[in-house]
Amino acid sequence: MSNLTPPFSPGASPQDEPRRSPAGEGGPAAGNISDSEREDLRQHGILLTSLEELYGWGRSNSIWPLQFGLACCAIEMIAAATARFDIARFGAEIFRPSPRQADLMIVSGTVTKKMAPLVVRLWNQMPEPKYCIAMGACAISGGPFKQGYNVLKGIDRLIPVDIYIPGCPPRPEALLHGLTELQAKIRAEHVSGPQAARHLQADSASEFPIPDYGAHDLEPPHNPDLFKPPASPRAEGLKN
Amino acid sequence: MIVPASPDPAKPDLSTPPVAENSLASALPPFSPSAILPRLLARFPAATIELVPNPGPAAEHSLLLDAAHAREIATFLRDDDMLRLDYCSNATGIDWPEKEIVDTVKKSVPDPAGGPDKVVEEKTKRIQPGYLETVYHLYSMARKHGPVILRLRTENRNDRIFLPSLTPVWKSCDFQEREIFDLYGIVFLGHPDLRRLLMWDGFKDHPMRRDYVAPDDFEWEPTPHGSVLDRAKGHYPKTEGLNS
Amino acid sequence: MRAVHDEFHGDLLEVSMGPQHPSTHGVFRMVVTLDGEQIVKLKPVFGYLHRNHEKIAESTSYLSSMPYTDRLDYLCSMSNNWAYALAVEKLGGLTVPDRAQYLRVIMAELTRLVNHSCLVGFLFNDLGTSFTPLLYAFREREKILDLFESLSGSRMMCNYQRFGGCRVDPPPAWLAAASALVDNFPRFLDEYETMLTGNEIMLARTQGIGPMGAAQAINAGITGPCLRATGVDYDLRKVDAYGFYPRFNFRVPLGAHGDTYDRYMMRILEMRESVKILQQAFRELPAGPIMDPKAKLRGFRPKVGEAYGRLEGPKGELGFYLISDGSTNPWRYRVRPPSLINLTLLEELCLGRTIADAVVILGSIDIVLGEVDR
Repeated sequence: MSNLTPPFSPGASPQDEPRRSPAGEGGPAAGNISDSEREDLRQHGILLTSLEELYGWGRSNSIWPLQFGLACCAIEMIAAATARFDIARFGAEIFRPSPRQADLMIVSGTVTKKMAPLVVRLWNQMPEPKYCIAMGACAISGGPFKQGYNVLKGIDRLIPVDIYIPGCPPRPEALLHGLTELQAKIRAEHVSGPQAARHLQADSASEFPIPDYGAHDLEPPHNPDLFKPPASPRAEGLKN
Repeated sequence: MIVPASPDPAKPDLSTPPVAENSLASALPPFSPSAILPRLLARFPAATIELVPNPGPAAEHSLLLDAAHAREIATFLRDDDMLRLDYCSNATGIDWPEKEIVDTVKKSVPDPAGGPDKVVEEKTKRIQPGYLETVYHLYSMARKHGPVILRLRTENRNDRIFLPSLTPVWKSCDFQEREIFDLYGIVFLGHPDLRRLLMWDGFKDHPMRRDYVAPDDFEWEPTPHGSVLDRAKGHYPKTEGLNS
Repeated sequence: MRAVHDEFHGDLLEVSMGPQHPSTHGVFRMVVTLDGEQIVKLKPVFGYLHRNHEKIAESTSYLSSMPYTDRLDYLCSMSNNWAYALAVEKLGGLTVPDRAQYLRVIMAELTRLVNHSCLVGFLFNDLGTSFTPLLYAFREREKILDLFESLSGSRMMCNYQRFGGCRVDPPPAWLAAASALVDNFPRFLDEYETMLTGNEIMLARTQGIGPMGAAQAINAGITGPCLRATGVDYDLRKVDAYGFYPRFNFRVPLGAHGDTYDRYMMRILEMRESVKILQQAFRELPAGPIMDPKAKLRGFRPKVGEAYGRLEGPKGELGFYLISDGSTNPWRYRVRPPSLINLTLLEELCLGRTIADAVVILGSIDIVLGEVDR
């Protein structure tokens, strides 16, 4: 891996290497040189990189989150931005109040059905490339409030989610871990070719339909293109 | 209908729980329903006021008012110099659906064989009609006493769901009555701005009612249990040999 | 700011502030009608965090609702726990051992310190300081949360109180650490006040802004520091004398003008009084059990009846109204949310002021959306 990768990159274990390396399956990014040869060169004071790597490195270290708190998790998100946890160490301290200037939506808390259309609208207003973190049990699945009539059972029913952070609420450290995982994901994205990042593919959706307030529920209650519930594992278990 | 007040003035105090919240409890505090009821009946002879006992350890009994006089009585309670209930703390709705009550009456029937009388239990079923109820908890900030609990009941749960709004008397009821209208469907006559508070405007149901059925969006339940499991089962693929 | 609906009636402009707006402390929304920059109408819109706490609580046991109360006002989980425990104890006729009563007072007052210091931080955010006072407030909050975490296992969602007592008995080391923290707290307050209280911009932006009259506030059910800022002496710790508060020597600070500045000062003064209460509590904490042996947590079935339990939460009167039908689930479970009812006068306070003042007035009322919408 390039030495441009910050030393605090989490879990740089060997088995993670192929996923993280921008070289990936499409061959080495920086010409026909393997990662070990680049490492040798680096030890001699020669840095070799590719535009793709630089682009990913730069983007991953200046993620601007949307200043947007939904519920309890938002307080832990604020705590992550304050002195003890200091999200600024990871370049993500600039919380933007406007979706037009934000790269990352941290869905921090319970998404109610009344709020869900507005979350989708905010997501649609964010420019590409954009990422979504579902922070906490409620944003993932409805969490403890799952049985509520006004609670959306997971924001991934309406918009695509990149990172899920479990917890109720997750500790600020967990949010930071989620953020570094997202950074690793961004660094591993390709700028061209069939493996190109989602936002660079012409046919990938950037905006998602906003559900309407219906007489009894949201209409539609979820986005059928995005959310395809698998057959329940519990049902499978009962069958066998 | 008037239920006589408890003849023993000390009775409510005896049943006060050990975690006594109110240090002002004396022999018969002026805000106790048994003390207020006769005054209200004297002042509003046309009104129907009933004392609803609270059998629990809290023993905070309440006054059931009739809808026609409720606002007059509320204004009196607020302005009366002895009571000065200037602060309505809590307003809430309750749903009491129709329920079947079985009355058991023990009767002794003479034995035709000439033996001792037999005791026979006779069961009669009756339907107690359902209604919606609002409860107001009043306190006095000027006199530092309370609570006085008022109850209002609708005639049924379907079409006769009108109650007078107490927002003109206590503004603190404003949002709370809107919430009751939203979640229980009680229509408050005379409320200045009766709109849904929590759900959106086009929403048709009243979700805090007991018979409300929430939309079924339990398609994907990795680890269902309890009531969620029951609802998730509705989405399981229909397979032979699958025990429900 | 969210997309805006511009509707011109003459020269009026209707602006929808929120639910995603940095000044609304969550997902609160105000539909504001403006004449130039003056507010001529303000309608709050609620429900964006309505997550059906009451409905869920009515379909589950008394004990299972305790963790949900943490999530009502998520800055003050300990106070919420206590208010709910108080209502259930009243419903079931339970007593609380002395040591647990003291522990409850300790937890509630620590919560008040957390809430008020954070509130002041957020208020200054609304005044435009962009985060700096909040950093100081959160520094102190983290210290208190460390204590909560080491005792209850969770930073924010403590789930610590039980009906009939408390869940964990703090070891002496915890009490020593908490006592040291409380002794140091006035130094933080002094530092905070040196920075903030005499600040000219702060005085110009808060004094005389959003004044509330005493009679108006009482009729609208305003409680807590907002009410006492108008000069009404109504603190449930004194009036209801719940818990062991009569044993503590403390004053109830009162304001004179009911404006934003008084509401700010109420918080600062209350924190100083809380420190006094805490110091007494640490000094006098008796040994003994922390649970009522009669209390049955699982499968708890109170007798048929109802009870309304309330206490002086950091934001105002937090009440729980419970009706038991004799089963394991409450028939009716109602939360009396101080945050929601304190917003009753928001429109009156903001009329004739500018949008920037409305933001500050809202900040000084102190709302948490988890409690407003439940």
